[in-house]
Amino acid sequence: MLADFLEYDFLRNTFLTGLLIGIIAPLLGTFVVVRRLSLIADALSHVTLAGIAFGLFIEKKFAITFITPIYSGMAFSVIGSIFIEKLRGVYKAYQELAIPIILSGGVGLSVIFISLANGFNTDLFNYLFGSVSAVSVKDLYSILTISVIVLLLVGLFYKELFTLSFDEEHAKISGIHSKPIHFLFIILTALVIAASIRIVGVLLVSALMTLPVAASMRLAKGFKQMMFLSIAFGELAVIMGLISGYYFSIPPGGTIVVISIVILLLSIGIKKFKINRIRKQVNINGY
Amino acid sequence: MTETVVSMNNISYAYERKNVLENVNLEIPKGSFMGLVGPNGGGKTTLIKIILGLIRPDSGNIQLLGKNIDTFRDWNKIGFVSQKANAFNKGFPATVFEVVSMGLTAKIGYLKFFKAKHKQKILEAIEQVGMLEFAYQNIGNLSGGQQQRIFIARSLVNEPELLILDEPTVGVDAENVKRFYELLHRLNREQNITLLLVTHDTGTMTEHATDIVCLNRTLHFHGDPQTYTSLSEKDLSTIYGHPVNIVVHDH
Repeated sequence: MLADFLEYDFLRNTFLTGLLIGIIAPLLGTFVVVRRLSLIADALSHVTLAGIAFGLFIEKKFAITFITPIYSGMAFSVIGSIFIEKLRGVYKAYQELAIPIILSGGVGLSVIFISLANGFNTDLFNYLFGSVSAVSVKDLYSILTISVIVLLLVGLFYKELFTLSFDEEHAKISGIHSKPIHFLFIILTALVIAASIRIVGVLLVSALMTLPVAASMRLAKGFKQMMFLSIAFGELAVIMGLISGYYFSIPPGGTIVVISIVILLLSIGIKKFKINRIRKQVNINGY
Repeated sequence: MTETVVSMNNISYAYERKNVLENVNLEIPKGSFMGLVGPNGGGKTTLIKIILGLIRPDSGNIQLLGKNIDTFRDWNKIGFVSQKANAFNKGFPATVFEVVSMGLTAKIGYLKFFKAKHKQKILEAIEQVGMLEFAYQNIGNLSGGQQQRIFIARSLVNEPELLILDEPTVGVDAENVKRFYELLHRLNREQNITLLLVTHDTGTMTEHATDIVCLNRTLHFHGDPQTYTSLSEKDLSTIYGHPVNIVVHDH
């Protein structure tokens, strides 16, 4: 099975893309989860869908091909992320309101552009649930570029991102510029979401950002450990998901998410087992 | 003349047309352990926020370490442990080491990385608060008192001149409160760190503080602990606006 992925060009593109997003999605996801912004990933993925639908629409109606749906998706996602930040500023006491506003806005625009582009087709289906065969060389290169940018910026600003996520007030007092760092973070999140959609699809992209993190949170002692463990779980889910998706002819979005959930359940089980064992030992020692 | 770490002149601040602080003049001498007491809503937290530069007073001026607050840049010389540190995100997956390392983030600066010397400093700060054996444990697994020590270490890692603590012992059990004050005492006397401590626990504090300041919109008292404890109940009830008892812990 793995041999197929190395042999056929289109499968190899998919496989390499999968490996890339298996790193960057859980990496950004770690910060998204600890900042309690998991749902923002969902809102942004729906805005990305609007961008993709827009891309498909202009491709079809005006035969414009230099803007691929991935680019228009990215543009929408980044604009959506800026709107979310603005809305969170407007509704300071009800910051989560930004999520349903942006999410429904994204879905609304998607419906409009999809029908303008003459409705559903396989292309759109691939964007919704991911695809093993739809990744072009062009897509691979744009996702590779995004991955390099994301890794570089997270590496450079790791300590600021981490410090702000833990205790924003203290970070501000100590002189960290929270606004630009937060802005950087939300833009990176938007880019990662747009990049991941090719493989996992709009509806399941937030799962690849949050489920591996949820699993490693149960097992890791520290933040860095959690980050690396999340990436390991993310990669495992992507590789197994792509292979099984290809083998059973199922969109990989579905298989990747189901495998992520299995990993999550196992990690909860391992943690429970560990706690019980400690309790038993404590009982034996008579404490 | 003794050096002053903080000097506030005629500070006034109003919030929604209500005067929170009125003409407050306060000097914190270097090396002092100042206890800030007063009724709820008396402006204690506001005063601290003004010193930390989080809010601007409506009038008056402030000098921090001899510099006007507007041109002051050495924020890492001023450490802060908030009351909220108690209610921080408990599930946050970070080790003690990682939490303390965050104290250095701003000092190291953008686009620069942690080096071996920083790691050494972090471990030293953890040792100072007596938590070295927990350095690689998850902060969420520690007790409230232990967590507060870690937050002190996060400030100590910057070698601060002034450490401000806003009711740090809320929710910490009596035995740990005692140990906590012993730690503060040591930091103050041995390392000459100036302390400003906001607290309701006037009893324990009077054993360790060098100065006590009583704030209720204006400064009502500034003197040593002996004078403070000898204040008559009548004096105190004028300050607080209602009857008070000081509980003195004799040992």
